[in-house]
Amino acid sequence: MTVSVVQFGGSNCDRDAVRALRHLGIDAERVWHEDGLPADPDGIVLPGGFSYGDYLRAGAMAARAPVMAEVREAAEAGVPVLGVCNGAQIGSESGLTPGAFTTNASARFQCEPVRLRVERADTPWTVAYDEGDVIEVPIAHGEGRFEIEADAHDELVDDDRVLFRYCDTDGNVTDEANPNGSTDNVAGVLGERETVAVLMPHPERATLPDVATSTDGAGVLRAFA
Amino acid sequence: MTEFTATVTVRLKRGVLDPEAETTKRALERLGFELSALRSADRFELDLEAEDAASAEARADEMAERLLANPTIHDYDVAVAER
Repeated sequence: MTVSVVQFGGSNCDRDAVRALRHLGIDAERVWHEDGLPADPDGIVLPGGFSYGDYLRAGAMAARAPVMAEVREAAEAGVPVLGVCNGAQIGSESGLTPGAFTTNASARFQCEPVRLRVERADTPWTVAYDEGDVIEVPIAHGEGRFEIEADAHDELVDDDRVLFRYCDTDGNVTDEANPNGSTDNVAGVLGERETVAVLMPHPERATLPDVATSTDGAGVLRAFA
Repeated sequence: MTEFTATVTVRLKRGVLDPEAETTKRALERLGFELSALRSADRFELDLEAEDAASAEARADEMAERLLANPTIHDYDVAVAER
Protein backbone atom coordinates (compact mmCIF):
# COMPACT_ATOMS: atom_id res chain seq x y z
CA MET A 1 0.00 0.00 0.00
CA THR A 2 1.52 3.29 -1.13
CA VAL A 3 -0.56 6.42 -0.80
CA SER A 4 -0.07 9.02 -3.54
CA VAL A 5 -0.16 12.56 -2.19
CA VAL A 6 -0.86 14.70 -5.23
CA GLN A 7 1.20 17.88 -5.29
CA PHE A 8 0.00 20.86 -7.31
CA GLY A 9 1.80 24.18 -7.70
CA GLY A 10 0.92 25.91 -4.44
CA SER A 11 0.18 22.77 -2.40
CA ASN A 12 1.86 23.17 0.98
CA CYS A 13 0.57 20.33 3.16
CA ASP A 14 1.87 17.54 0.93
CA ARG A 15 4.99 16.91 3.05
CA ASP A 16 2.95 17.03 6.25
CA ALA A 17 0.55 14.43 4.87
CA VAL A 18 3.40 12.12 3.80
CA ARG A 19 5.10 12.47 7.17
CA ALA A 20 1.91 11.86 9.14
CA LEU A 21 1.07 8.79 7.07
CA ARG A 22 4.59 7.36 7.45
CA HIS A 23 4.40 7.98 11.20
CA LEU A 24 1.40 5.65 11.18
CA GLY A 25 3.40 3.04 9.27
CA ILE A 26 1.64 3.78 5.99
CA ASP A 27 3.86 4.13 2.95
CA ALA A 28 3.27 7.41 1.16
CA GLU A 29 4.92 9.46 -1.53
CA ARG A 30 4.40 12.78 -3.18
CA VAL A 31 3.29 12.71 -6.81
CA TRP A 32 3.71 15.82 -8.95
CA HIS A 33 0.39 16.33 -10.70
CA GLU A 34 1.94 16.58 -14.18
CA ASP A 35 3.54 13.15 -13.74
CA GLY A 36 0.15 11.53 -13.20
CA LEU A 37 -0.76 8.80 -10.75
CA PRO A 38 1.11 5.49 -10.56
CA ALA A 39 -0.51 2.63 -12.50
CA ASP A 40 -2.55 1.14 -9.67
CA PRO A 41 -2.78 3.72 -6.91
CA ASP A 42 -3.55 2.25 -3.48
CA GLY A 43 -4.78 5.50 -2.01
CA ILE A 44 -4.86 9.19 -2.89
CA VAL A 45 -4.56 12.32 -0.77
CA LEU A 46 -5.39 15.75 -2.17
CA PRO A 47 -3.42 17.88 0.28
CA GLY A 48 -3.96 21.37 1.63
CA GLY A 49 -2.40 24.55 0.36
CA PHE A 50 -3.18 27.25 -2.13
CA SER A 51 -3.05 25.48 -5.46
CA TYR A 52 -2.79 27.93 -8.35
CA GLY A 53 -2.93 30.78 -5.85
CA ASP A 54 -6.65 30.17 -5.29
CA TYR A 55 -7.24 31.88 -8.64
CA LEU A 56 -10.89 32.17 -9.63
CA ARG A 57 -12.01 30.10 -6.62
CA ALA A 58 -10.06 27.96 -4.18
CA GLY A 59 -9.47 24.61 -5.88
CA ALA A 60 -11.02 25.64 -9.20
CA MET A 61 -7.85 25.34 -11.28
CA ALA A 62 -6.49 22.15 -9.73
CA ALA A 63 -9.92 20.51 -10.09
CA ARG A 64 -9.57 20.86 -13.87
CA ALA A 65 -5.96 19.62 -14.04
CA PRO A 66 -5.60 16.42 -16.11
CA VAL A 67 -4.54 14.37 -13.07
CA MET A 68 -8.02 14.86 -11.61
CA ALA A 69 -9.51 12.71 -14.37
CA GLU A 70 -7.22 9.93 -13.09
CA VAL A 71 -8.26 10.67 -9.51
CA ARG A 72 -11.96 10.46 -10.43
CA GLU A 73 -11.39 7.21 -12.30
CA ALA A 74 -9.54 5.74 -9.31
CA ALA A 75 -12.28 6.96 -6.96
CA GLU A 76 -14.92 5.25 -9.09
CA ALA A 77 -12.88 2.05 -8.94
CA GLY A 78 -12.99 2.16 -5.14
CA VAL A 79 -9.52 3.57 -4.40
CA PRO A 80 -9.69 5.58 -1.14
CA VAL A 81 -9.45 9.32 -1.83
CA LEU A 82 -9.11 11.94 0.91
CA GLY A 83 -9.24 15.69 0.28
CA VAL A 84 -8.01 17.94 3.08
CA CYS A 85 -8.58 21.72 3.17
CA ASN A 86 -7.52 22.90 -0.30
CA GLY A 87 -7.86 19.24 -1.25
CA ALA A 88 -11.47 19.39 -0.05
CA GLN A 89 -12.05 22.47 -2.17
CA ILE A 90 -10.50 20.66 -5.15
CA GLY A 91 -12.66 17.61 -4.44
CA SER A 92 -15.89 19.58 -4.40
CA GLU A 93 -14.88 21.70 -7.40
CA SER A 94 -14.20 18.52 -9.36
CA GLY A 95 -17.51 16.93 -8.41
CA LEU A 96 -16.05 14.16 -6.24
CA THR A 97 -18.23 15.40 -3.39
CA PRO A 98 -21.34 17.59 -3.26
CA GLY A 99 -21.54 21.26 -2.25
CA ALA A 100 -18.89 23.97 -2.30
CA PHE A 101 -16.45 25.54 0.14
CA THR A 102 -16.44 29.31 -0.02
CA THR A 103 -15.47 32.44 1.92
CA ASN A 104 -15.73 32.12 5.72
CA ALA A 105 -18.63 34.05 7.22
CA SER A 106 -16.02 36.08 9.11
CA ALA A 107 -14.35 37.02 5.77
CA ARG A 108 -11.09 36.17 7.55
CA PHE A 109 -8.48 33.44 7.34
CA GLN A 110 -8.93 31.31 10.46
CA CYS A 111 -6.24 29.12 11.97
CA GLU A 112 -7.41 27.47 15.18
CA PRO A 113 -8.23 24.13 16.78
CA VAL A 114 -11.86 23.07 16.38
CA ARG A 115 -13.98 20.24 17.71
CA LEU A 116 -15.66 17.82 15.33
CA ARG A 117 -18.46 15.37 16.04
CA VAL A 118 -18.02 12.05 14.31
CA GLU A 119 -21.34 11.53 12.51
CA ARG A 120 -20.51 8.16 10.97
CA ALA A 121 -18.28 5.56 12.56
CA ASP A 122 -18.83 2.89 9.92
CA THR A 123 -16.72 4.41 7.15
CA PRO A 124 -13.06 3.70 6.36
CA TRP A 125 -12.22 7.21 7.63
CA THR A 126 -13.76 6.77 11.04
CA VAL A 127 -13.20 3.16 12.15
CA ALA A 128 -10.99 4.54 14.95
CA TYR A 129 -13.92 6.44 16.43
CA ASP A 130 -17.39 5.84 17.79
CA GLU A 131 -20.38 7.71 16.45
CA GLY A 132 -20.81 10.89 18.47
CA ASP A 133 -17.13 11.08 19.48
CA VAL A 134 -15.72 14.59 19.72
CA ILE A 135 -12.25 15.01 18.22
CA GLU A 136 -9.94 18.02 18.13
CA VAL A 137 -8.36 18.89 14.80
CA PRO A 138 -7.09 22.27 13.54
CA ILE A 139 -8.52 24.33 10.72
CA ALA A 140 -6.49 26.80 8.62
CA HIS A 141 -8.59 28.33 5.87
CA GLY A 142 -10.21 31.45 4.52
CA GLU A 143 -12.70 29.62 2.31
CA GLY A 144 -14.15 26.78 4.31
CA ARG A 145 -17.80 27.70 4.60
CA PHE A 146 -19.76 24.73 3.28
CA GLU A 147 -22.54 25.81 0.95
CA ILE A 148 -25.00 23.51 -0.74
CA GLU A 149 -28.36 23.91 -2.42
CA ALA A 150 -31.33 23.05 -0.20
CA ASP A 151 -32.42 19.94 -2.11
CA ALA A 152 -28.85 18.65 -2.39
CA HIS A 153 -28.45 19.22 1.35
CA ASP A 154 -31.60 17.20 2.04
CA GLU A 155 -30.21 14.40 -0.11
CA LEU A 156 -26.84 14.59 1.66
CA VAL A 157 -28.51 14.24 5.06
CA ASP A 158 -30.96 11.55 3.88
CA ASP A 159 -28.07 9.54 2.46
CA ASP A 160 -26.16 10.00 5.74
CA ARG A 161 -23.11 11.37 3.96
CA VAL A 162 -22.11 14.03 6.50
CA LEU A 163 -18.92 12.65 8.06
CA PHE A 164 -18.05 15.41 10.57
CA ARG A 165 -19.87 18.43 11.99
CA TYR A 166 -18.33 21.32 13.92
CA CYS A 167 -19.40 21.06 17.56
CA ASP A 168 -18.55 22.24 21.07
CA THR A 169 -16.47 20.22 23.53
CA ASP A 170 -19.58 18.32 24.62
CA GLY A 171 -20.51 17.38 21.08
CA ASN A 172 -23.35 19.88 20.70
CA VAL A 173 -23.68 21.14 17.15
CA THR A 174 -24.26 24.85 17.71
CA ASP A 175 -23.85 28.14 15.84
CA GLU A 176 -21.19 29.19 18.37
CA ALA A 177 -19.15 26.08 17.56
CA ASN A 178 -19.38 26.73 13.82
CA PRO A 179 -16.11 28.49 12.94
CA ASN A 180 -16.92 29.58 9.40
CA GLY A 181 -20.69 29.67 8.91
CA SER A 182 -20.89 26.27 7.22
CA THR A 183 -24.39 25.09 6.33
CA ASP A 184 -25.57 22.62 9.00
CA ASN A 185 -22.08 22.87 10.64
CA VAL A 186 -20.76 20.50 7.97
CA ALA A 187 -16.97 20.06 8.21
CA GLY A 188 -16.55 16.95 6.08
CA VAL A 189 -18.62 14.88 3.67
CA LEU A 190 -18.51 11.59 1.84
CA GLY A 191 -18.61 11.16 -1.91
CA GLU A 192 -20.96 8.76 -3.66
CA ARG A 193 -18.73 6.01 -2.37
CA GLU A 194 -17.74 5.92 1.27
CA THR A 195 -14.14 5.51 0.15
CA VAL A 196 -14.15 9.17 -0.95
CA ALA A 197 -14.14 11.89 1.71
CA VAL A 198 -13.25 15.56 1.98
CA LEU A 199 -12.90 17.73 5.07
CA MET A 200 -11.69 21.25 5.78
CA PRO A 201 -9.89 20.47 9.09
CA HIS A 202 -6.38 19.01 8.90
CA PRO A 203 -6.08 15.46 10.31
CA GLU A 204 -2.40 15.36 9.27
CA ARG A 205 -1.76 18.29 11.63
CA ALA A 206 -3.26 16.31 14.49
CA THR A 207 -1.29 13.11 14.08
CA LEU A 208 2.36 13.62 15.11
CA PRO A 209 2.59 13.82 18.93
CA ASP A 210 5.74 15.98 18.83
CA VAL A 211 4.20 18.82 16.87
CA ALA A 212 0.50 18.67 17.64
CA THR A 213 -1.55 19.28 20.77
CA SER A 214 -3.98 16.60 19.58
CA THR A 215 -3.41 13.33 17.77
CA ASP A 216 -7.13 12.84 17.18
CA GLY A 217 -6.69 13.19 13.42
CA ALA A 218 -4.66 10.00 13.07
CA GLY A 219 -7.83 7.93 12.90
CA VAL A 220 -8.81 9.54 9.60
CA LEU A 221 -5.45 8.71 8.01
CA ARG A 222 -5.64 5.12 9.26
CA ALA A 223 -8.17 4.52 6.50
CA PHE A 224 -5.12 3.97 4.31
CA ALA A 225 -3.57 1.34 6.61
CA MET B 1 -16.08 34.07 -38.97
CA THR B 2 -16.83 37.16 -36.94
CA GLU B 3 -15.06 38.51 -33.91
CA PHE B 4 -17.15 38.79 -30.77
CA THR B 5 -16.68 39.76 -27.17
CA ALA B 6 -18.70 37.62 -24.82
CA THR B 7 -19.16 39.11 -21.38
CA VAL B 8 -19.83 36.56 -18.64
CA THR B 9 -21.06 37.94 -15.33
CA VAL B 10 -20.86 35.52 -12.42
CA ARG B 11 -22.62 36.40 -9.17
CA LEU B 12 -23.61 34.60 -6.01
CA LYS B 13 -27.10 33.17 -6.01
CA ARG B 14 -29.59 35.19 -4.06
CA GLY B 15 -29.48 34.12 -0.44
CA VAL B 16 -25.85 32.96 -0.48
CA LEU B 17 -23.89 34.93 2.12
CA ASP B 18 -21.22 37.25 0.66
CA PRO B 19 -18.90 38.20 3.56
CA GLU B 20 -16.56 40.20 1.31
CA ALA B 21 -19.42 42.32 -0.01
CA GLU B 22 -20.65 42.85 3.57
CA THR B 23 -17.18 43.99 4.61
CA THR B 24 -16.96 46.32 1.60
CA LYS B 25 -20.38 47.76 2.43
CA ARG B 26 -19.28 48.45 6.00
CA ALA B 27 -16.11 50.16 4.73
CA LEU B 28 -18.22 52.42 2.50
CA GLU B 29 -20.43 53.27 5.46
CA ARG B 30 -17.33 54.07 7.50
CA LEU B 31 -16.44 56.58 4.77
CA GLY B 32 -19.79 58.24 5.36
CA PHE B 33 -21.76 56.79 2.44
CA GLU B 34 -25.33 55.60 2.90
CA LEU B 35 -26.45 52.43 1.13
CA SER B 36 -28.87 49.64 1.88
CA ALA B 37 -27.08 46.76 0.15
CA LEU B 38 -24.01 45.89 -1.87
CA ARG B 39 -23.66 42.95 -4.20
CA SER B 40 -20.45 42.04 -5.99
CA ALA B 41 -19.93 40.01 -9.16
CA ASP B 42 -17.10 38.78 -11.34
CA ARG B 43 -17.08 39.86 -14.95
CA PHE B 44 -15.13 38.02 -17.63
CA GLU B 45 -14.66 39.43 -21.13
CA LEU B 46 -13.88 36.75 -23.68
CA ASP B 47 -12.73 37.70 -27.16
CA LEU B 48 -13.51 34.93 -29.60
CA GLU B 49 -14.28 34.19 -33.22
CA ALA B 50 -17.49 32.44 -34.15
CA GLU B 51 -19.88 31.84 -37.04
CA ASP B 52 -22.54 33.98 -35.43
CA ALA B 53 -23.60 35.49 -32.13
CA ALA B 54 -25.55 32.39 -31.13
CA SER B 55 -22.54 30.09 -31.40
CA ALA B 56 -20.32 32.64 -29.61
CA GLU B 57 -22.87 32.73 -26.82
CA ALA B 58 -23.12 28.95 -26.67
CA ARG B 59 -19.35 28.63 -26.31
CA ALA B 60 -19.16 31.29 -23.58
CA ASP B 61 -22.08 29.60 -21.84
CA GLU B 62 -20.20 26.30 -21.78
CA MET B 63 -17.09 28.05 -20.40
CA ALA B 64 -19.22 29.47 -17.59
CA GLU B 65 -20.77 26.05 -16.89
CA ARG B 66 -17.48 24.23 -16.82
CA LEU B 67 -15.18 26.68 -15.07
CA LEU B 68 -16.09 30.33 -14.61
CA ALA B 69 -19.09 29.68 -12.36
CA ASN B 70 -19.71 27.10 -9.68
CA PRO B 71 -23.36 26.06 -10.11
CA THR B 72 -23.71 25.31 -6.40
CA ILE B 73 -23.31 28.96 -5.42
CA HIS B 74 -23.39 31.01 -8.61
CA ASP B 75 -25.78 32.34 -11.23
CA TYR B 76 -24.33 33.75 -14.40
CA ASP B 77 -25.38 35.51 -17.55
CA VAL B 78 -23.74 35.88 -20.94
CA ALA B 79 -23.95 38.89 -23.26
CA VAL B 80 -22.39 38.83 -26.74
CA ALA B 81 -21.40 41.82 -28.86
CA GLU B 82 -19.64 42.04 -32.21
CA ARG B 83 -16.16 43.39 -31.81
